[in-house]
Amino acid sequence: MHKLVVALLAAGIVSGAAFAQSTPLKIGFVAELSGPQAPLGQDQYDALMLLIEQNGGKLGGVPVQVIKEDSQLKPDVANQVVDKLLEKDRVPIITGVTFSNIMMAVHKKITDKGVFLIGSNAGPSPVAGAQCSPYFFSTSWQNDNQAEVVGKYASDKGYKNVIAMAPNYQAGKDFVAGFKRSFKGGTITDEIYTPLNQQDFSAELAQVASKKPDALYVFYPGGLGVNFVKQFQQAGLNKSMTVMSTSTVDGSTLPALRDAAIGMLSGTFWGPDFPNEANQKFVAAFEKKYNRIPSQYAAQSYDAAQLLDSAIRKVKGKVEDKKAFHAALKAADFKSIRGNFKFGNNQFPIQDMYMFDVAKDSKGRVSLRTVAKPLVNHVDAYAAQCNMKAL
Amino acid sequence: MTSQLLFSQLLNGVQLGVLLFLLAAGLTLVFGIMSFVNLAHGSLYMLGAYFGAAVFARTDSFLLGLLAAVVGAGVVGLMLDRFALTKLYERDHLDQVLATFGLILFFNELIRILWGPSSVFMQVPAALADTVSIGGITYPAYRLAIIAAGIAVAAGLYLLIQKTRVGMLIRAGATNSNMVAALGVNIKWLNTLVFALGAALAGLAGVMAGPIVSVQPGMGEPVLILTLVVIIIGGLGSIRGAFYAALIVGVVDTLGRAFMPTVMRTLFERNTADAAGPALASMLIYLFMAVVLALKPQGLFPANAGATR
Repeated sequence: MHKLVVALLAAGIVSGAAFAQSTPLKIGFVAELSGPQAPLGQDQYDALMLLIEQNGGKLGGVPVQVIKEDSQLKPDVANQVVDKLLEKDRVPIITGVTFSNIMMAVHKKITDKGVFLIGSNAGPSPVAGAQCSPYFFSTSWQNDNQAEVVGKYASDKGYKNVIAMAPNYQAGKDFVAGFKRSFKGGTITDEIYTPLNQQDFSAELAQVASKKPDALYVFYPGGLGVNFVKQFQQAGLNKSMTVMSTSTVDGSTLPALRDAAIGMLSGTFWGPDFPNEANQKFVAAFEKKYNRIPSQYAAQSYDAAQLLDSAIRKVKGKVEDKKAFHAALKAADFKSIRGNFKFGNNQFPIQDMYMFDVAKDSKGRVSLRTVAKPLVNHVDAYAAQCNMKAL
Repeated sequence: MTSQLLFSQLLNGVQLGVLLFLLAAGLTLVFGIMSFVNLAHGSLYMLGAYFGAAVFARTDSFLLGLLAAVVGAGVVGLMLDRFALTKLYERDHLDQVLATFGLILFFNELIRILWGPSSVFMQVPAALADTVSIGGITYPAYRLAIIAAGIAVAAGLYLLIQKTRVGMLIRAGATNSNMVAALGVNIKWLNTLVFALGAALAGLAGVMAGPIVSVQPGMGEPVLILTLVVIIIGGLGSIRGAFYAALIVGVVDTLGRAFMPTVMRTLFERNTADAAGPALASMLIYLFMAVVLALKPQGLFPANAGATR
């Protein structure tokens, strides 16, 4: 009897050990998955899962388990879910993170633990500059980039007077500042900041119409962008004024806007019409699986998944060898769907930035179309402030 | 500042006011007659927008969408009253606030499950998609239509409340509901009617706002706050008060947002003005509310003026 128990226990231990070996590699995913900004987080999640599914549940040849957490756009909630991922699930890698205030709340906590954080959206300036960490990589952009490209485009076009509009909070002011930094040869005649919960811009649009600027620069993310574009078009201003935007007309808002957004310009790093092979494959697969055009948030997250795939393969799944895994990530040895991609010293991408306009695609759907490439191999403004520590 | 600009901003203000009135009318009646705080009123506005958008998209008829929104929100209001809220009418206001706050969360999540988290597409009806010229300015035809519809509804409500038997009961109920019940009127039935009417008006406001704003979960909350300001300024339970207060709030808010930054710039240097202007403009209606409350704590047009309580 005793022997039997011992044998059973031994078998249990052995099978436990065997089980441990085939335990999938845990990857934490944190994003906004509820509330008004949920479409962004959902796109990040869907694109990540798309690549994992294409690889048969694996990244870099290793089975992975994605643990999904909703940060609810609340820094305190983000802290709790990250604590859970770090302490209970003991994940070696976390990806996602949608908003800059969430990034600021969790960045230090994660990187101090020696856990790799692959940001696939927010890129606040401190993380790119003085607080840069070897454990943090971004597959999106430093926030200012998406405004700088629009400013450069406005200079190239020779616009003389431009009005800037944004919600009255930190990101709104940051984007207007980024636009100013690269807008040369003209003046910003007015800056209009609206309360973050304001839904109707009729008063501001009437002011803008009376001042007749050459162009308007706006940053209105998510539902605010839907409000702004609809009202701008209904006021008949689209016939007399160019709108250049950041994060206003994108894959998350175009389905609700359709024809109302046609002709509006947007600056970012990627568009669904990029001809490179990797991108065409990604867009086709995403549309097939989710029945919608992928947004830039999906694109960023897909590249994060590709980056992980390449790096995990290089170290043969041994992510606990942090030095080797860091080198493998830094190498960025994958075919980015945006084309050119490499990491700068602060581990943000050095990449080309483009302008898009809203137009009908080949299937007659309203989508983004590439119109210009104002910035080539662009390095963000904070990289010089980053004194990257060796791992 | 040209007179044309001022005129177009006044129209914007009236348009916002009219929309606020549709929301405030229902909310103020429910509060006035049943003494019930309904925070879920914004959810009925959201439901109206979603019902309207869904029917408009399927039938290509804005009028059918309008009808679906009004009837749909009215029916939801009716069911809420019958099945969820009746037991709360006797409870104190804190319980009502908690319960209806729960309803906000419930409806937002329900909409998210049914329609997804993204904004839903809703366009301006083709006949009203253009701009029109009036008084030397071009103005979106759709916003003019909102003003016209809102004033028509206000006139209809005036006739209903002032000239009909039901209206008389509603007014009596707002002044002293116990006495109305004592006179043999079925106050429960009256409550249900008022609640459904308020819900239908909120649905109407939602579907009319749908082509202008983003139709998405949680769209009712920002507008609910303005509505509460309106009914406090107008006087709880007073339709007339809600009408004037909605117009005042709409115009003050719009003119504040339009001209406050410019005014500030003539007083202070640009950096200070750019920081303070928008902040002050968004505070303007709350300052106005504070002044009204200090001078006339019952609001501008109290429903039970003259009644002793």
